Amino acid sequence: MDKEGRQIVVPGETIVKGNEFLPGDNVYRDGEEVVSKRFGIVEISEKHVRVIPVSGAYYPRRGNTIIGTVVDVTFNGWLIEFGGVQNAFLPVAEVPRYINKNELREYLDFGESVIVKVWDVKSRGVDVSMKMRGYGKLEGGLIISVNPNKVPRIIGKEGSMVKLIKSATRCEITVGQNGKVWISGNSVEEELATKKIIEFIVENATINGLTEKVEKYIKSLGMKSEIEIIEKNTGEDEQDG
Amino acid sequence: MSDFIVPKLQKEKIIEYINQGKRLDGRDLGDYREIEIERNVSVNAESSVRVKIGKTEVFAGVKLGIIEPYPDSPDEGTFMTSAELHPMASEQYDIGKPGIESVELARVIDRGIRESGFIDFKKLCIKEGEKVWQVFLDIVAINDNGNLIDVAGLASLIALGSAKMPVYNEKEEKIEHELSNEPLPLNKEAMSFNITLHKINNSILLDVDKEEEAISNCRLSIAIGEANGKLRITAMQKGKEGVITEKDMENILNLVEDKWKEIFPKVKGYVFEEND
Amino acid sequence: MAKKESLYKKRSDGRKFDEIREIKVKVGIVPSADGSAMFQTGKTQAIAVVRGPRTFHPQHMQNPEKGMLRVNYGMMPFSVWDRIRPGPSRRSEEISKVSEWALSSVVDLSGFPNAVVDVFIQIPQADAGTRVAGLNAAAMALAHAGIPMKEMISAISVGKIDKTIVVDVNKEEEDFKEGEGSTDIPIAVTSRTGDIALLQLDGKISPEELKEAIKAGKEACKEILKIQTKALKDSSNGGSNE
Repeated sequence: MDKEGRQIVVPGETIVKGNEFLPGDNVYRDGEEVVSKRFGIVEISEKHVRVIPVSGAYYPRRGNTIIGTVVDVTFNGWLIEFGGVQNAFLPVAEVPRYINKNELREYLDFGESVIVKVWDVKSRGVDVSMKMRGYGKLEGGLIISVNPNKVPRIIGKEGSMVKLIKSATRCEITVGQNGKVWISGNSVEEELATKKIIEFIVENATINGLTEKVEKYIKSLGMKSEIEIIEKNTGEDEQDG
Repeated sequence: MSDFIVPKLQKEKIIEYINQGKRLDGRDLGDYREIEIERNVSVNAESSVRVKIGKTEVFAGVKLGIIEPYPDSPDEGTFMTSAELHPMASEQYDIGKPGIESVELARVIDRGIRESGFIDFKKLCIKEGEKVWQVFLDIVAINDNGNLIDVAGLASLIALGSAKMPVYNEKEEKIEHELSNEPLPLNKEAMSFNITLHKINNSILLDVDKEEEAISNCRLSIAIGEANGKLRITAMQKGKEGVITEKDMENILNLVEDKWKEIFPKVKGYVFEEND
Repeated sequence: MAKKESLYKKRSDGRKFDEIREIKVKVGIVPSADGSAMFQTGKTQAIAVVRGPRTFHPQHMQNPEKGMLRVNYGMMPFSVWDRIRPGPSRRSEEISKVSEWALSSVVDLSGFPNAVVDVFIQIPQADAGTRVAGLNAAAMALAHAGIPMKEMISAISVGKIDKTIVVDVNKEEEDFKEGEGSTDIPIAVTSRTGDIALLQLDGKISPEELKEAIKAGKEACKEILKIQTKALKDSSNGGSNE
């Protein structure tokens, strides 16, 4: 059990016993027992047992929003490095406007960064798309890398945490599920403060009352948020996002 | 294995900050990251140390042996440096072959120490023409998050500065499995400390991290020491394809002159254990 | 476990025959790696760093069915009194391989075709039992890196010193020369099934004594598992594991 009474398990550890339990992510069945396959936190909802990892690399899932950088331009698309095992492929058909094959580099060149959505995960790699609203090339700003398993804490319940940071620092923030966060503000001070706040959240992600601590930390940096988080129990339970 | 990619927007942002005298981790251009030192990590060594600057981490150790001297220096001990740039330390290093970075690191550190006269080679003579002490300095990099040369350099100095001679049995002419209280013979005033500067845009930076190192196109490592209370340079190595203009050289020497007053006493403290 | 006729009646450091040396552990010692851990027993210390899963090069050697595990074990030149020349040796290559086999028996890389998980083990200080210390550190580092594993793995070096079976052999015991001398038996055991994932032997032993040694080893590994488990759980409580 950790400080909040959640069950932390290591690989090979028995989580529950009983045939009525259904093994979900990162667990397996061994006779009557449901056993963990990864180091992480147990989540049981309606007999569905899964383990949420606390550390380790990012594994892309369909629908995820990720931030990456172009490392190769082919005749029909771009290869995007995003911290995964393989690179992602952005086909030329998946960008908002028509690009003919001589224009690829003009539209998106080596080293340029993008926000894309994962629409297919295959063994040879991940396919992404940039067609939808809210996705596209990133201009300016900076990218920081954090433990991808802490991303839900940075976003907060229904985005409450990231809204809190935005209102205090007046920076644009986009959080990729892959642990890359894009920050863009009007001054060095505001951008650095945003970076510090996010790093604070990652470092304190497992403790109780995170939201209050973050508000205190923001104040200590000389900044003030215009949003009040009303529910005191936020920040602890959401593992979605 | 793979090249470390710094996104274009990141490079532009780093330069934007540098133009305002700041870095992405809040430091000034001439600031070092946090330094952590753990001494005596191996009881089987004449000395050993683990040094961390920021997230760059290195182990260094000193071992002594006995060997026949080189014919052109029959009354002097010998000195050999090895540096393992393990793939453990970074995604960019390959398993198997020691890349050019490994070789360069060992040679730069070796030269800095050798040319400075820090080690008193004459005092390492046991029997002229026949037996001398052989000093091995071994460096193992655990994590490379930029500025590996300086971290390895500091670890090397600390290891040398705290090394004790093994007990030598003259009658049986062998090294006992035990350390004496006698330190490795050093000329303390000759100590030279390695400081690496990088040029990004037109600014000069100290103690770069991985991203800064990747976008810089010119670096200069300088071994700095002391002579009559003044700054003295004992070795230099320029790396990467960029060039150093006359103005750059002026800026570099000014920065080094400034920082030397601040850094050198600290380094002496670490090496000779006057503070930690 | 000491037979009346054995020349080794008391351990050189006063330990009981089934007693492990003082253990120090820490998970996450190299935060920039995907996973990392330190495992120390007595004066033997091992550091393990995991990088991966990542794409394996060269491409033609990739395994399209599942990922590969690659272990690289090395001792720092100053880890022992007689300096070890830096770089791979036949001994370090052998230890890398048997460690790789041991860890491969518990990891599940079916979800990472064409990828490799690299495990680096380095020994800064040695006093016998380095390969098992390395395995213990590696198992924690792999779990810390979020690599799927059916179960954990724990290892210990068992010794037969003349006729006495002891666990967690130190250097003095390893060098014991009287009577039947020292027989060194490094063993690694899986946490759930209790199966043997690593077994080597160097010396002289009868089948009954070997059974006794394996039994003693498995008991000791249960202790080690408790410590590895606690270290992992402690690392996630308020730890940054950035």
